[in-house]
Amino acid sequence: MARAVSTRTKIGWTIAAWIVALLIFFPILYTIITSFKTEPEAISGFSLIPSGTLESYWEVQSRYNYFQPFMNSVIISVGSTVLALLVGIPAAWSMAFSPGRFTKDILMWMLSTKMMPAVAVLVPIYLLFRDWGLLDSRIGLTVMLMLINLPIVVWMLYTYFREIPGEILEAARMDGATLWGEIVYVLTPMAVPGIASTLLLNIILAWNESFWTIRLTTVNAAPLTAFITSFSSPQGLFWAKLSAASTLAIAPILIMGWFSQRQLVRGLTFGAVK
Amino acid sequence: MATRQTRTLARFMMAPSVILLLIWMVVPLAMTLWFSFLNYNLLNPANVSFGGLFNYRYFYTDPAFFQSIWNTLVIVVGVLLITIIGGIALALLLDQPIFGQGIVRILVISPFFVMPPVAALVWKNMLMNPSYGVFADIAHALGVQPVDWFASFPLFSIVIIVAWQWLPFATLILLTSLQSLDTEQKEAAEMDGAGFVSRFIYLTLPHMARAITVVILIQTIFLLGIYAEILVTTNGGPGYATTNLPFLIYRTALLGYDIGGASAGGIIAVVLANIVAIFLMRAVGKNLDR
Repeated sequence: MARAVSTRTKIGWTIAAWIVALLIFFPILYTIITSFKTEPEAISGFSLIPSGTLESYWEVQSRYNYFQPFMNSVIISVGSTVLALLVGIPAAWSMAFSPGRFTKDILMWMLSTKMMPAVAVLVPIYLLFRDWGLLDSRIGLTVMLMLINLPIVVWMLYTYFREIPGEILEAARMDGATLWGEIVYVLTPMAVPGIASTLLLNIILAWNESFWTIRLTTVNAAPLTAFITSFSSPQGLFWAKLSAASTLAIAPILIMGWFSQRQLVRGLTFGAVK
Repeated sequence: MATRQTRTLARFMMAPSVILLLIWMVVPLAMTLWFSFLNYNLLNPANVSFGGLFNYRYFYTDPAFFQSIWNTLVIVVGVLLITIIGGIALALLLDQPIFGQGIVRILVISPFFVMPPVAALVWKNMLMNPSYGVFADIAHALGVQPVDWFASFPLFSIVIIVAWQWLPFATLILLTSLQSLDTEQKEAAEMDGAGFVSRFIYLTLPHMARAITVVILIQTIFLLGIYAEILVTTNGGPGYATTNLPFLIYRTALLGYDIGGASAGGIIAVVLANIVAIFLMRAVGKNLDR
């Protein structure tokens, strides 16, 4: 900005912004702090300084076998995203580079499938999964999440691919590049960042999906969303363990999210805000 | 460039996505529609009969239905109000010169990445619990009676939790839009003597109008389907106080085993979502032309 800002003004804004930001972040911070407390400590009043015990983490693993739902989350979210990319990349590619008369209509129609409320198809999906033996299976859930995120994947990739200028292909051709050379040396390097952002955002969305993951699993295929939900039954106040499980469940996705803030805007607004 | 060959190839590349989404969209929805006309209870699966509009009439006369529609609206409107107003304020704040802007942004955006069951359980237990929660501690320190949030204001509590999850999204999008505002325009307005308020009303707000529309529409689609937050906090209660339409359908289907009734509810949910969808598609479609 061209305007000179006095340091005093800047300090004022800084203080205000930090207070608000810390208030918003507080529930997460407090969860992390509580995860390092003992159970009696966790319910003995407000305190920002934990005793630093790792007991809760150890118990979450030894008593509830935390590793299993964690791996289920990894398999289901990564699996569904990779599947969606495999199906979505060719589609987005062709729509961006050789658009036809109906490309726009197809894109809008894909977006419209995203508007269908999940709960509206709960009954048929549940019955089909039951009849096909897919309830509580990782494969069923992976396919389910792939279908849910496919429209976002195609849309995001399309908005990225569309920004690759067509002239660059002509230039490459003039320089004598073959079709294969075009794809490997020109297009792929330009497409990789878009594909990577799409991958990241969709892993986040699949990791946090909390309708199908809870309803279609019980034990074996239950990912972290379903696992954490099981802590809601009022069997006592296990706040330290809840906090430890929660911290482990959100930490990887929080870090990925910080890296993908900008892509998030683009992906979730279908390119309407950039 | 678009020879016949490449066009055929393009269609071929598009086919898997289109076919998958077509099946995904048509088959389950057609089944829901069909089930909604049946008397079909999972406890008595041998006795399925055609019931015409019975399920719709039954759903329509159920007092829980109107309550659930009302609760759905309260959640959507309440969360929208908080996130839009709060989001605009936060975006304006974060647009100011700040030391450590990157970290502040990261802190503000974080709640969006917290999975719904975690967000709801953390708020319900560690913040809102009337005996040991942080809010109760604050109340004790101030010498007032702590509030039993989920007993006294169950729906409001849910709105607060969901608003916390979606405030970052609104903020991020509004901030993105705010930062695309031409600084020269801002400076020109300032030099012409426009104060903060008039600059906000006549320059900033119109510039953000499109982003605000997008936030409203996208959030509405997600807010119409709020489920996990209710499941882990109030389970729809007390009574039907926090049962929204998705939760009512879930109750009817998987707890009441009433396939026909739940399907009729599902069709109503589709109609509701479509009303919003039409507006969103227009907003996004406009962008495609540019």
